[in-house]
Amino acid sequence: MAGHQTYEEQKALVFRGLMILGAVTIVEVVIALFAKGHIIPSIRFTEGFGHYLYMLLMIGFSLFKAYFIVFYFMHMAYEVRGLVLSVLLPTTLLIWAIIAFFQEGSSWGARRELIKEKNEEVAKPMPAGKPQGYLLPGVMKG
Amino acid sequence: MAETSVAHAHETHGQGDDPQLWEGAKEPFKASYGKLMMWYFLVSDAFTFAGFLIAYGALRFSMPTWPEPDFVFASFPFVKAHWPLVFVTFMTFVLIFSSVTMVRAVQEGHRENQRGVVFWMFLTILGGATFLGSQAYEWTTLIAAENMTVKQNPFGRHIADGIFLNEDGTEAKKPDGTPDTFHKGESYLLHMHPVRQSDGTMKDEFIQRKMKYTTGAYAGQTGIQELGPKAFGALFFFITGFHGFHVFSGVLFLSIIMINAASGLYAARKNGYEMVEKIGLYWHFVDLVWVFVFLVFYLL
Repeated sequence: MAGHQTYEEQKALVFRGLMILGAVTIVEVVIALFAKGHIIPSIRFTEGFGHYLYMLLMIGFSLFKAYFIVFYFMHMAYEVRGLVLSVLLPTTLLIWAIIAFFQEGSSWGARRELIKEKNEEVAKPMPAGKPQGYLLPGVMKG
Repeated sequence: MAETSVAHAHETHGQGDDPQLWEGAKEPFKASYGKLMMWYFLVSDAFTFAGFLIAYGALRFSMPTWPEPDFVFASFPFVKAHWPLVFVTFMTFVLIFSSVTMVRAVQEGHRENQRGVVFWMFLTILGGATFLGSQAYEWTTLIAAENMTVKQNPFGRHIADGIFLNEDGTEAKKPDGTPDTFHKGESYLLHMHPVRQSDGTMKDEFIQRKMKYTTGAYAGQTGIQELGPKAFGALFFFITGFHGFHVFSGVLFLSIIMINAASGLYAARKNGYEMVEKIGLYWHFVDLVWVFVFLVFYLL
């Protein structure tokens, strides 16, 4: 609850929030269009180091917007410490989820050819003579 | 209860037996039950959305190509133009504005100003409805005009340099006589045309041109222009649909609470319009999720 602020301060916060969120969004979109070559066609950051830098920047801006919404619009900044921690700490589990699942996805992508090959593989015919494996009918009967 | 008997109860039975405590006299984290539970609902909802968005990332990493967002999301109502990301930026601003009006409604609630609450909530509802309308336009364009569904995705990207081939296998030329080549990473949208079937009926089919790769590991391979990864369509409609459903239920609840506020129900409760504060938390969360949907689908 924002009880310690005056009404005028509260209204100023709302206006500041609108300006900050709007400005960050516009900066994000302009950088995105620039990095993808829509503003200057010869300059683009779609591969390699430039692309990583671009992605980090976008994630950073988004996390800042999320922080602003949660702490000022949702008044998390004025809640007691226990409530803040009980809401924010569980979300750190997502860091592991992101690492694990993205690793899984990349590994799947890297092995696509191998998976296709294995799917199309035809089993070798059973060698003639004594059947092997104890689940085969002949073996079960002894 | 008289003060002396309360003090007595403390001594003999401990705090837990104070009847006022059982009525909720002491609030954990100094927040009311409803507000606290709204926070924990939002935590669980955040995990659901995070799960979906992480699935998007994992599937994207597992594919050799992925559609380029600034190519896919470039239509704008009433203009036949290729304006990458402009319309989704508009949608983002609609949500930011409706979040701001929601903050105002909560502030007016703390001041017990009934007219203010109703006015700002009405603007918030308007923002939510505008967002839903915009999403309806976006979906309609993708489904009806560009033939993307949960099961098919005509947006693709070339995985290597190459040249288009004619039906007879010779290298195609553009109308001006230059070779009809394409480059690695270039985006394309496959269009549908009616094709006569063997039983004489007409059926829409994608036009997939023959082509040959000229560089990289695929050099010399021929094939047809493939549809893009199917998962893209499914993930897009499922995740933006789930978010849109949150906006839709938000608009419903906002409407109910606005009507209640207008009827004087919350004024009578004299608790600073706490119900408005609770739906406010939910509404900001919907905006918060959009920040990440925007990041994952449209920016990266």
